[in-house]
Amino acid sequence: MYLTPFQTLVMILAVAAGTQLTRWLPFWLFPENKEPPPVVSYLGRVLPAAVMGLLVVYCLKNVTWMAAPHGIPELLAILAVVLLHRWRDNVLLSIAGGTALYMALVQLVFA
Amino acid sequence: MERLNEKPNQMTALKAAFPATIPVLTGYACLGLAYGLLMAANGYGPLWSTLMSAIGFGGSMQYVAITLLVTAFDPLQAFLLALMVNARHIFYGISMLDKYKGLGRVRPFLIYVLSDETFSLVSTLEPPEGVERKDFYFWISLLDYSYWVIATALGGLLGRFLTFDTTGLDFALTALFVVLFLEQWKKKENRPAGVIGLACAAVSLAVFGAGRLVIPAMVLILAVLLGGRKRLCT
Repeated sequence: MYLTPFQTLVMILAVAAGTQLTRWLPFWLFPENKEPPPVVSYLGRVLPAAVMGLLVVYCLKNVTWMAAPHGIPELLAILAVVLLHRWRDNVLLSIAGGTALYMALVQLVFA
Repeated sequence: MERLNEKPNQMTALKAAFPATIPVLTGYACLGLAYGLLMAANGYGPLWSTLMSAIGFGGSMQYVAITLLVTAFDPLQAFLLALMVNARHIFYGISMLDKYKGLGRVRPFLIYVLSDETFSLVSTLEPPEGVERKDFYFWISLLDYSYWVIATALGGLLGRFLTFDTTGLDFALTALFVVLFLEQWKKKENRPAGVIGLACAAVSLAVFGAGRLVIPAMVLILAVLLGGRKRLCT
């Protein structure tokens, strides 16, 4: 340990405070007994789809597109997820299939 | 029978919630184990890593925080960094204002543990018939939270005995987000917003790089969604 136990505990609480502030802020600003402004309700409806797009890109942020393997394992695995999901519409199957393919690709093919 | 209808069975809710969380279990098991292991490698044993996971519960932020635990003591920097890395959670709260309305005692817990993965599940999935919304959300949230905390503890305790090659297993979370993106895509009215999210994040990644993509992407998404409100509101 680099820090003392007390310092570590303070650091943990500081990280928790920063994280929790981002989680609670909207609920504090727009309490449940009041109707939020229409623009906020609108954002509440459209944000989930937009955020899912953001999270997909976020997961791929460390892929090296310009150097080998050029994100090929990621793109192939995502393609597999999409095709499996179109075919069977089974969340677990799509995720398991895509992940298994990805593991095989990075451990055996592009290792 | 009437009494049964009045008091919904928690077991039914748990049974409905568990399958939805299996991808999260896979991803968290992997990333949580790795986190516990990494903390141990930096001199912070299972007690500290588990405490961080249980109180801090912030996924990628906890990884970032490791670098802060091995430099000079600076809690303000830790606080501000957590605020910035996790700023995307503000979007989750805005999206859940309506669904998390009137849930009573469990509501503070649901908000406390609203991670990327839990948010994707509760915002996309509907509880099956006979299961109360509140119970469905509670079990998803509690299961996801426990996976992370337990995996961290295990990683700190016995990570070094792990011999199975788990390289690539954390792709389960990427796959989860892809699938939930596709689930959102099923509704035609969600498609423009989905494309906007992908495009804004990609532009932000290209311009600002991997380390600083989230906040510019959020600003861009907000600008486009608000600018296109009249068109998207149909």
